[in-house]
Amino acid sequence: MSPRELFALRDHLRPELKDRTISDARQIVPLTGLLAKTCLDGRLRELSGRSVLLSTSGQLMAALAMIELDGVARRMLLCPPDLDPHHVPALIDDAEIDAIVTDQPSRWSNAGVYLIIGAGLPKPALKLPSTERVTEWLMLTSGTSGVPKIVGHTLEGLCGAIIADGPARGTPPVWATFYDIRRYGGLQIFLRAVVGGGSMVLSQPGEALADHVARLSARGVTHMSGTPSHWRKLLMSGSAAGFAPRYVRLSGEIADQAVLDGLAQAFPNASIGHAYASTEAGVGFAVDDGREGFPATLIGAGRDGVEMKVLDGSLRIRSGRAAHAYVGKRAAYLADAEGFVDTGDMVELRGDRYYFVGRRGGIINIGGLKVHPEEIEAVINRHAEVRMSRAKSRRSPITGSIVVADVILTAGSADRGKEIREEILSCCRASLASHKVPAMIRFVEALEVTPAGKLARADA
Amino acid sequence: MSVRLRIIAAMKQVAEEQQVQLPPLADELSLHETGFDSLAFAILVARLEDDLGIDPFTISEDAAFPLTVGDFVRAYENVPA
Repeated sequence: MSPRELFALRDHLRPELKDRTISDARQIVPLTGLLAKTCLDGRLRELSGRSVLLSTSGQLMAALAMIELDGVARRMLLCPPDLDPHHVPALIDDAEIDAIVTDQPSRWSNAGVYLIIGAGLPKPALKLPSTERVTEWLMLTSGTSGVPKIVGHTLEGLCGAIIADGPARGTPPVWATFYDIRRYGGLQIFLRAVVGGGSMVLSQPGEALADHVARLSARGVTHMSGTPSHWRKLLMSGSAAGFAPRYVRLSGEIADQAVLDGLAQAFPNASIGHAYASTEAGVGFAVDDGREGFPATLIGAGRDGVEMKVLDGSLRIRSGRAAHAYVGKRAAYLADAEGFVDTGDMVELRGDRYYFVGRRGGIINIGGLKVHPEEIEAVINRHAEVRMSRAKSRRSPITGSIVVADVILTAGSADRGKEIREEILSCCRASLASHKVPAMIRFVEALEVTPAGKLARADA
Repeated sequence: MSVRLRIIAAMKQVAEEQQVQLPPLADELSLHETGFDSLAFAILVARLEDDLGIDPFTISEDAAFPLTVGDFVRAYENVPA
């Protein structure tokens, strides 16, 4: 056996760190002393070396099970809450699942997997588990159609950016995220809380935003992450007033200057930054200078083992933090021959900075000219009375399609609609090619956001 | 406002936004001479679809695109609303 020490999540729950908790809207569970407990009714031994599908009704149970399973199971497939039941047989097959951990055993009784172990709130354990292997963490991509891809990570890769950043200084942070922790962005925050010695406050589906924010304040949340869409919704809600995080992070979508400035205004004492990460490529980098885009100096053989290049306009990342493979019999290669993952995120160099312009797959074709909806939204969002916008294509018998935009205005701006529309359009004409200027702007009350926290673009 | 007047108003609006100098809009004026490019027409047709609830160029697949301003207006007038 190699002398190399095996580290699992449980090995970060040092008993000397007191008063750590993980909570959702219903329960608060102490992390301190959790090692002496079991949420699997003491049946962890049966899962040693198995490929476990982890499906729980809430995030708290998933978090506790992850801590218990890591270092014991061979694999752990994290099922997000919106997993389509039709995709389950293919996922079970591809991930070679031979055990299920769930708090809803009846839901899984017909899945064709013999070993089903119930998960519940922690109870005292008779025997303390020990770390025996490197567990493979399997996550699902959040694409909109078809069976999601299974992406394989290790704890070491997942924690690459956390270790590189070092422990948070001062009082232990209380982490929170708008994301679900069974997705990459949310898992990063959960791991930061566990590995970095802090506490964690989970989001709760269906909870009103004002109640969520009240809970974040009451539990003393200091560090919070979410997508730009999550944060825009918070800014729009007017509930941000009582909340004072010291660290605000955006990821998962393009953070444009408008949302960065809006957050800086709402949270004047916070460090506000955006990070680039994807389920496949892992955490690429963080930008903390308060500006959209990222310095061109980040491209190249990089820091902390992350290497980036731009090829055919898209960002490519080679990194120890990237997933090691897509898992499954028909799985495609995740990286190219040189080990670079093509993120599909298109960037453009302007001056000494790269700017994200959109997804390769999200391009709208306007009479043969290509447009990224995100670049249009970034211009619209600059208007002081715009909170959020979505550009999309509309079918046209003349050009195939045209660009139209749905816009949410700040509260109380509606009666200036006509002027604002003109101001937005003249701003678009000044900074965009004519085919990218929206042909129509519609003011709307809300824009749909996907379960992964991104602006819904299904019809774009 | 009649369909014709709404179409003329929409054309003037699009022309202003697209910075097109419209000649007087007579029925015989060819659409080419309006100075509208295909994008301007696409915008016009989409606006009229929202305003009038019809898009005569999508409804009928084999309808030839009109050649003059008069043809364009009639394409809208002839669609049963």
